[in-house]
Amino acid sequence: MEDRIRDVRLDNGLRVLVKEMHTAPVASFWLWYRVGSRNEVQGITGISHWVEHMMFKGTERFPKGAIDREIARLGGTFNAMTWLDFTAYYATLPAQHISLALEIEADRMVNSRFDPDEVEAERTVILSERHMYENYPTFLLSEQVTAVALLVHPYRHETIGWESDLRTMTRDDLYRHYRTYYTPSNATAVAVGDFDGEAMIDRIVQAFGHLPPGPPVPPVRVQEPPQRGERRVTVTGPGSTRYLEVAYRAPAATEDDWFAFAVLDTVLGGAKAFSTRGPSPNARTSRLYRALVDGGLAANVGTFLMPTLDPYLYTITVTLLPNSDPEEVEGVVFDEIRRLQREPISAAELEKAQKQVRAQFAFSAESVSSQAYWLGFSSTIADVDWFLDFLGRVERVTEADVQRVAERYLAPSQRTVGWYEPQVNAGK
Amino acid sequence: MDAPVPVDVRTLPGPETIALRQLPNGLTLLARENFASPAVFVAGFIRVGSQDEAPEQAGLASLVASLLTRGTRSFTYEEINERVESVGASLRVSGGTHTTTFTLKSLAEDAPPLLELLADILRAPTFPDEHVQRVKRQRLTVLKEREHNTQAMAMLAFYEHAYPPEHPYHRPTSGHVSTVEPLTRDDMVRFFETHYEPCGGAVVLVGAMPADEALDVLERTFGEWENRPGRTRPPVPQVALPLAPDEVFRPVPDKSQSDIVLGAPAMPVKHPDYLPAVVANSILGVFGLMGRLGESVRDEEGLAYYARSVLQRSPSNSPWYAVAGVAPDQVERAVELIRGEMRRLGDELVPDDELDDNKSFIVGSLPLRLETNEGVAMAILDMVRYDLGLDYVQRFPERVFEVDAEAVRRVAATYLRPDACVVAVSGPPEA
Repeated sequence: MEDRIRDVRLDNGLRVLVKEMHTAPVASFWLWYRVGSRNEVQGITGISHWVEHMMFKGTERFPKGAIDREIARLGGTFNAMTWLDFTAYYATLPAQHISLALEIEADRMVNSRFDPDEVEAERTVILSERHMYENYPTFLLSEQVTAVALLVHPYRHETIGWESDLRTMTRDDLYRHYRTYYTPSNATAVAVGDFDGEAMIDRIVQAFGHLPPGPPVPPVRVQEPPQRGERRVTVTGPGSTRYLEVAYRAPAATEDDWFAFAVLDTVLGGAKAFSTRGPSPNARTSRLYRALVDGGLAANVGTFLMPTLDPYLYTITVTLLPNSDPEEVEGVVFDEIRRLQREPISAAELEKAQKQVRAQFAFSAESVSSQAYWLGFSSTIADVDWFLDFLGRVERVTEADVQRVAERYLAPSQRTVGWYEPQVNAGK
Repeated sequence: MDAPVPVDVRTLPGPETIALRQLPNGLTLLARENFASPAVFVAGFIRVGSQDEAPEQAGLASLVASLLTRGTRSFTYEEINERVESVGASLRVSGGTHTTTFTLKSLAEDAPPLLELLADILRAPTFPDEHVQRVKRQRLTVLKEREHNTQAMAMLAFYEHAYPPEHPYHRPTSGHVSTVEPLTRDDMVRFFETHYEPCGGAVVLVGAMPADEALDVLERTFGEWENRPGRTRPPVPQVALPLAPDEVFRPVPDKSQSDIVLGAPAMPVKHPDYLPAVVANSILGVFGLMGRLGESVRDEEGLAYYARSVLQRSPSNSPWYAVAGVAPDQVERAVELIRGEMRRLGDELVPDDELDDNKSFIVGSLPLRLETNEGVAMAILDMVRYDLGLDYVQRFPERVFEVDAEAVRRVAATYLRPDACVVAVSGPPEA
């Protein structure tokens, strides 16, 4: 297997990352745009995600339904994802057919139609997606906690957007967003798989090289003001189970603190894949699992830390057992955080956390799509070096770094505490 | 037919690349090498599951499986967790209907000691009382959460109405609050001592270990495992078809959306109709973004974020159903559209190009599913689990391409009877 990553920038600004991988006769092509809910303002929340849906609704060359059909009939899988910092499109195909994915992405970067009837049909689909999420108490809780924890940064709303915005956004809003952010200079193309690397770069140049670069995208200037004290929010709704979510401000991915935070999280909440794809490994030796689940207070506990462009949130979510005392559960969570602040983690815990991260990386090397994901993701939120140095930066974290990060980010004044209170006959 | 055969069958796992060893205790060992990354994936099953539990003890088999990792003759709960997690591995045991499945994912260098741990978990669990109580409490919380989950409630109602009470699919493997509550440690120990045995089971290792070495390690680990004298297992009952039409509604107040499950029991995975049904199901609700259902329910009418169909694999009558999540006042319209698409598939021959596209998709996506160690391990395990032969995956492309439009129409007409199926809906009651 050739480990080399070819890294090229085309004249129109498109960043190109190519890696050969010959373990299976497949290839994966991704196009990453630096646009997500981070680039949205009130009134058009959810617009990046909606634009993503419209990208499947047709161009002159690939009318509606054609993309789905053309990729699927060659045995490929495809989809797209929108999150805080990015919108990504991908297709994984038998290697000999990967050029189709390049042609589709180059075409719909500039030629998507945004037919008004299709926009209206998609409005109800997107509302239906939002309603599906609303059926889950943990979504309702998380949406409120995030909006309270962040006062002004656009990370404060969910990628799906607020319902009123989804009801009122227009076709022209969507089209303007598309024209503003879907440009070669705001995108990264990634190809990983069973092909010749040089030839793949030539094919990408051929497909994308003639596209105009587009104007620079509007900068996101908003900075979240400092938090000056604990915040609390309660959500009531149907159900029989109580949930607790505690959120703290987390550092941006490029800061050294992020890697110390990742080690902290591995000790506190268990090993992570740090990816939006795939399940997390076992986490029963994490401090929170031991204290809450083995301690007989909770049915489950999970923590969340993701690499992001701007500082985002670190969250802890607890599913309570029916008879648990909410105050006691809160107390146990805060005790565990205090412990991280008062005493350094042990050398054994540090070593274990580092080994866990190494193992996760080895697992992610198995598939072309997860390799392509990591290359595109890291170049979007930081740089390719961020991914290549990941293990090294984790190895350099010390016990003292973890303690310092715990003190700096997990102070009581920096937390937002959210409770989901089930009400058997909650009215609307 | 001019559709390309988009896959080189020699790259697919088959008898030439799967090492095989049969143990005297009835366990089948398999291994396939892959040195692309320093990791291995081990997967196995034994023939024990919820079909072996009494209906009034629904959830017992799955609870027993959950308790295996809570302490063994040689390792405490804490030691088990430490051994697995200190090397970044994952180890899971899950109790299904017909089989109990276990998986282990680790770096190759860490695999042998973890396999010993796995063997101890499967052979000598101690069911510590404290953990019995704790796992039960956690399970009950999950079951109570489920009562407020419209997707889960619609699915549960579908199975209850599509399968008769004596069939194991009638009840969920996780059980009900009322059946889990009374379960005791004695029930669990008795179930374990009666049913857990290697005979008829299989273990496969895929990854960065020479195949001979892998088989040796597996044999050392599982060779001494003894069977339960006199255990017999009645065959899985088959369902009489067609069903009487049946509609059921499970109210869950204050939800934003309703979920629909519409379908019926179909055929076992070994049945000759199964592959034509795979093709028919792809056309109905998988291909592209969810086939014809996606086109009519999602694209044309904008009723739902998701509308698709599923054909399960099972040694009994595999469930075949459509699912959709829609606004509560659109349930009737969505059901009508789904029924219409099912009827059309049973009435009209699928056009050639649509049929060819679907067959190419089913065959062409094989290498993608077999890209990781986990994908290969699960595919090999299923070939043994369902007794399909180790060349099943290699023969699969050719057999899919043999399916013609008439076969698709016939299986759709036979099994997807839109007027003799179960329609299960869960959502807010006032709609």
